[in-house]
Amino acid sequence: MKQKNETLLEIHDLSVSFRMYDGGLEQKELQVISDLHLTVRPGEIVAVAGSSGSGKSLLASAILGILPSNATVRGHLHYKGQQLTPEIQSRLRGREIALVPQSVAFLDPLMKVGKQVDGHKKPYPTEKRRGLFKRFALPEKTESLYPFQLSGGMARRVLVSTALISDAELIIADEPTPGMSLDQALEALQMFREMADAGKAVILITHDIDLAFEFADRVAVFYAGTTVETAPAADFRKGADALRHPYSKALWRALPQNGFQPIDGFQPYAGELPKGCLFAPRCPHATEECRCQIPPIRETGDGEVRCFHAS
Amino acid sequence: MRLEAKNVSFRYDRRQPWVLENTNLSIESGERLALFAPSGYGKTTLAMLLAGYLEPTRGEVLLDGKNLPKKGVCPVQLIYQHPEKAINPRWRLKKVLEESGEMREEVLDAFGIERAWLDRFPRELSGGELQRFCVARALMSGADFLICDEISTMLDVITQAQIWNVVLDEAKNRNMGIIAVTHNKHLANRIADRVYDLSKQEYL
Repeated sequence: MKQKNETLLEIHDLSVSFRMYDGGLEQKELQVISDLHLTVRPGEIVAVAGSSGSGKSLLASAILGILPSNATVRGHLHYKGQQLTPEIQSRLRGREIALVPQSVAFLDPLMKVGKQVDGHKKPYPTEKRRGLFKRFALPEKTESLYPFQLSGGMARRVLVSTALISDAELIIADEPTPGMSLDQALEALQMFREMADAGKAVILITHDIDLAFEFADRVAVFYAGTTVETAPAADFRKGADALRHPYSKALWRALPQNGFQPIDGFQPYAGELPKGCLFAPRCPHATEECRCQIPPIRETGDGEVRCFHAS
Repeated sequence: MRLEAKNVSFRYDRRQPWVLENTNLSIESGERLALFAPSGYGKTTLAMLLAGYLEPTRGEVLLDGKNLPKKGVCPVQLIYQHPEKAINPRWRLKKVLEESGEMREEVLDAFGIERAWLDRFPRELSGGELQRFCVARALMSGADFLICDEISTMLDVITQAQIWNVVLDEAKNRNMGIIAVTHNKHLANRIADRVYDLSKQEYL
């Protein structure tokens, strides 16, 4: 929030679609991300929340340029004011932009984890890695273990170390905390916070939204492949009434500490999306307008919302 | 009914360290217990021992004083954290459910499983939807105890609340016992009557 005008990553009207076979030799385009907006400034953590299958991990892949070859990306994807092309992406990947992958299956099963965290040609001193392991309460002998010898939470901490050891300007952490105990999760988030305070930027994709509220500066809420709301994290700490979009409010109310009340229904599938607002079929306030037209994203207060009725 | 672990110890082989040592735990039908511990304390191992997927190295797992049955559907059912790894990727979901016995419409309805999903393959559904199938599959078998190993960790909070509300309802109606492994203190307080800390071997 310090450097208000300078943006590190700017995403506008991003869409991602996959070319798929649809019976015989017929092909169809399946759009999985549509009109997505997200800006990230140096010094901040932007948390990305939303349902499973809302395109959170695909966004990470799109930024890094590691989508499969049948995917098409359209829209503005600017890093430091420059459109991200496959060449630029391959140069930045692992150097300026680091990823904490979602699955512990990303660890090489045949390589000792110490060596994996060090990375190709070992660009960082061993001390740096040992320091990280120590902060994560990983015993020193962990470095000479193979991934199958680690518990889920240990593997997760090793994965996070692979990104924190780098000097990246932007870290995209895709679900870094599941399987960690609360202390370990807080330590991981604290380390992301320190990176951000040192002028780096972090995109934190997570389902542990109650923890994210405490550490993030802003929260972007995704639903069915689009951004429905971006709000200061402080609004999420205040409660459902401070939020703008009905889906964000529903997320807040479904937390175990806030009522554990789910809303009915499911997120629509890509390819079977409703004509108007994507949330309209589950929304208590939906009107005729919502069912026919997709609401544009607009600014309200110090956030953004994609809803006709939000104030 | 009572499910108990009596002085259970486990290690993978004689040269390996103990994963669990002299662990005791017991739960009655209708009770709900949350299992809490930092990672690496053997929560998942204990879950697999209780459901009969692993044999204890020492000690025993007893259901009403007897060993778990070796044949037929186990009355203690385990649900995993990653539904996509617990379902045959080459079976349509209808077959996945039928494997566990008679398909009961009321269970499908309770979980909001749409009939159109039954003809799909697992990769065509999201994690939250697949987890509904995993839970439904365990319930259809007529299980007496359900062991839930971080079943909602990978799900968004709305899906988490949807699934747990159904599980808790069913457990109440059928007087099932539940052991839930979770790292989330708030979730543990919502779903369980008691919380057991495996690292200290005591109830909180």
